[in-house]
Amino acid sequence: MSTKQALSAMTRREALLLAAGATIVAAGGVVLKSGTANADQKMVDESVMKLIGDKKPVDGKITLELPQIAENGNTVPVGFTVDSPMTADNYVKSVHLFADGNPAPDVASLHFTPMSGKASAATRIRLAGTQNIVAVAEMSDGSVFRASQEVKVTIGGCGG
Amino acid sequence: MAKNVKPRVRVPKKAAKGEVIEIKTLISHNMESGRRKGKDGKLIPRSIINKMDVTFNGKTVFTADWHPAISANPYMSFFAKVEESGEFAFKWTDDDGSVYEKTATITVA
Repeated sequence: MSTKQALSAMTRREALLLAAGATIVAAGGVVLKSGTANADQKMVDESVMKLIGDKKPVDGKITLELPQIAENGNTVPVGFTVDSPMTADNYVKSVHLFADGNPAPDVASLHFTPMSGKASAATRIRLAGTQNIVAVAEMSDGSVFRASQEVKVTIGGCGG
Repeated sequence: MAKNVKPRVRVPKKAAKGEVIEIKTLISHNMESGRRKGKDGKLIPRSIINKMDVTFNGKTVFTADWHPAISANPYMSFFAKVEESGEFAFKWTDDDGSVYEKTATITVA
């Protein structure tokens, strides 16, 4: 009789442990899922690598114009200026924009020529939530510059 | 093909030789990201303008590759240095291959 009681106690304890374990696993699953839904810094780095190869970006030269707080993630104004004389032998070739919290990190690649006169542009982008905007500028001499800024987004874009 | 696509561009009418002018463009387009769900719960297929090219008298001034993170009715502003009178030609390329075009002339004194 007493052994039977002990056995049932054991199973109850086991059952509780199992239930607790299952909850942790489930919670972990949810965390993992929300983590993979959006891009992160690593994915941004991978996209940068894909576009510019294995060059090492250096901070500086780029001035980003972004709001600190965006009320609507569907249209966030973004602008930038890269410090460059824009002459035939020294100009900004391309500027790539990335968002590290969007479902896909790529935003846009803008290509300039010496005829651009000024390596500056502005557009409007979608942001799924509060995140960092990264700009990477490729110069005609092969050097690469980088800048990033955080934008707080009150209501995210990108649909459901 | 997306419906009612209307490109608009703003280029100054006159400029001095060697002046750097600002050009603003806007094109009406849904820029469907491919991540939104319709009423039937199915994903609405992606349909965006993925490329924009700007030339001045046949020479490339500025090009842009757009991804779904560009907002609906894409706005784009940039600069150009003008040395002579001529025509800016703007070209947008849709995912489905359709091309939207617009031109603007400028007189350089």
